[in-house]
Amino acid sequence: MVLGLYNYWIVVLLMMTGFYIVIAHGNLIKKVVGLNIFQTSVIIMYVSMGKVRDGAPPILTDGVTLYSNPLPHVLMLTAIVVGVATTALALSLVIRINEAYGSVEEEDIHTQEQSS
Amino acid sequence: MISANLPALQVIIPLLAAPLAFLLRKPRLVWPFALLTTVLTLLVSIGLLQQVLDQGVISYAMGGWSPPWGIEYRVDSANAFVALIVSAMGAIVMFYAGTSIRHELPEHKQTLFHVAYLLCLAGLLGIVVTGDAFNVFVFLEVSSLSTYIMVSLGANRRALTATFQYLIMGTLGATFILIGVGLMYVMTGTLNMVDLAQRLPEVAETRTIYSAFAFVTVGVCLKLALFPLHGWLPNAYAYAPSVATAFVASTATKVAIYVLLRFVLTIFGVTFSFNTMPLGQILMVLAILAILIPSTVAIYQTNIKRLFAYSSVGQVGYIILGISFGTVLGVSAGLLHIFNHALMKGGIFLALGCLYYRTGSVQLDAFRGLGKTMPWTMAAIVVGGLGLVGVPLTAGFISKWYLVMAALEQGYWPLAVVVLAGSLLAAVYLWKLVEMAYFQQPDNATEVREAPLALLLPTWLVIASTIYFGINTDLTIGVATLAAETLIEGVR
Repeated sequence: MVLGLYNYWIVVLLMMTGFYIVIAHGNLIKKVVGLNIFQTSVIIMYVSMGKVRDGAPPILTDGVTLYSNPLPHVLMLTAIVVGVATTALALSLVIRINEAYGSVEEEDIHTQEQSS
Repeated sequence: MISANLPALQVIIPLLAAPLAFLLRKPRLVWPFALLTTVLTLLVSIGLLQQVLDQGVISYAMGGWSPPWGIEYRVDSANAFVALIVSAMGAIVMFYAGTSIRHELPEHKQTLFHVAYLLCLAGLLGIVVTGDAFNVFVFLEVSSLSTYIMVSLGANRRALTATFQYLIMGTLGATFILIGVGLMYVMTGTLNMVDLAQRLPEVAETRTIYSAFAFVTVGVCLKLALFPLHGWLPNAYAYAPSVATAFVASTATKVAIYVLLRFVLTIFGVTFSFNTMPLGQILMVLAILAILIPSTVAIYQTNIKRLFAYSSVGQVGYIILGISFGTVLGVSAGLLHIFNHALMKGGIFLALGCLYYRTGSVQLDAFRGLGKTMPWTMAAIVVGGLGLVGVPLTAGFISKWYLVMAALEQGYWPLAVVVLAGSLLAAVYLWKLVEMAYFQQPDNATEVREAPLALLLPTWLVIASTIYFGINTDLTIGVATLAAETLIEGVR
């Protein structure tokens, strides 16, 4: 039962890894990467729940009656695009922050804001 | 022909206009084009609300694929009402943006701002009219990403760090919603909201649905800045360009509250959310804290945009308090306050934009003697502020009155005291401004004149409407009650 749901364990592990990085790390680039891992775990969750046991790939074929569910995969195409856009925007923000503060470390930025 | 396609046009007009605006490039051309787009969008919203009130719920099959297989756009009185708020504020703020943005942003960024604004409008309206749970996530990200761009264009470098924080929190919130929707899909096999509402009760008593509910609620509460998940909001509002603050403050959190209502009341259903899950109690406690704590923090702010940002977190508390009762009266009080607060806070942030236009500052010091130098701008802030306090004859009074009635209906009379205490706190931070503006002499060193008419006109249009809707309440109360009934009875 527990091992049979191993795909969900992987999802939870990845999700918590990403979440922890976002919270615990002060480096903004690392935060973005953590956010990425967090989002990726959700993609794996959707993709794995589309799998139907003994189901064939969802391409119409003679003699096959049981197919896997293609819908979650299609949804994840959209989620991947959203993730790419978010990452691109986040990284370009980090570049701008680096230009404005000369640092991508949260602590440095914080001390600069306190002193200014 | 056009009237049958209004639900699609509501989203497609701003969505298509955004890339076209980008191609126009020259800010002088882009602004009139964007203004035309927002006005058309507003007309579509008015048409939609009219249609819904005349004929009932509109179901629109996107691309001709009939629901539940295709994506359905479903417009009832609740989302037609929210769509009208969003597009009305979108059009008024866009009119204001012409002058304000030309002043606040360098020329090469002005076009980008308008493009992001239109995309944000498209995203917000998409969230509102769609009847598909996954579509909500997609449009949420469209509106969020464009909001991040608008906020990051602020003049102070702190706008950048504020945006980064907003982006992290916003993405976490949206991903939580995505997880929740996925868990719902795996149990029911559908993403259509109506379909979900019908299929969920069968599987409701499972741990998967419990966690789906938790993920969706927490994710949406991050987006609507419910205390204590409001961390991103004060800095984002304080350092964004004036136009962005006015637009986002009056629409984005309101749309997120609509999403909460739609998921909690229509999809999961009142029985599940309020009886099986302890949502009512949780929301009520957080709402009370939201009314009391951020309003107190607001008193100590010297950056006045930040002050009103904290006040926004407090006002969200009132809306959530109404929702936490789970009754028609409570939800309609919440919806009413969504509308009224959008006007009041939108108007105040527009007036702060006028101040920034003339003085280049929104610090408390800039208010010295403002009652003499910029009487109209200051009067707008005072009238809007009185609405936040909840003085009779303003729109804020009506929603607070309904909120207290909803609380008393449940026998929760101590909540009336909380609402009153919140009003007193609002009066304290408003008084700080009034004292500075009317009882202090202006600095003679700098000559400050009244803001130009192009800024004052939209500001006063919004502020005057808060008084209008405080006196003539038939329209707002009627629609809000109808919308609350639709949400609660839903499709069952």
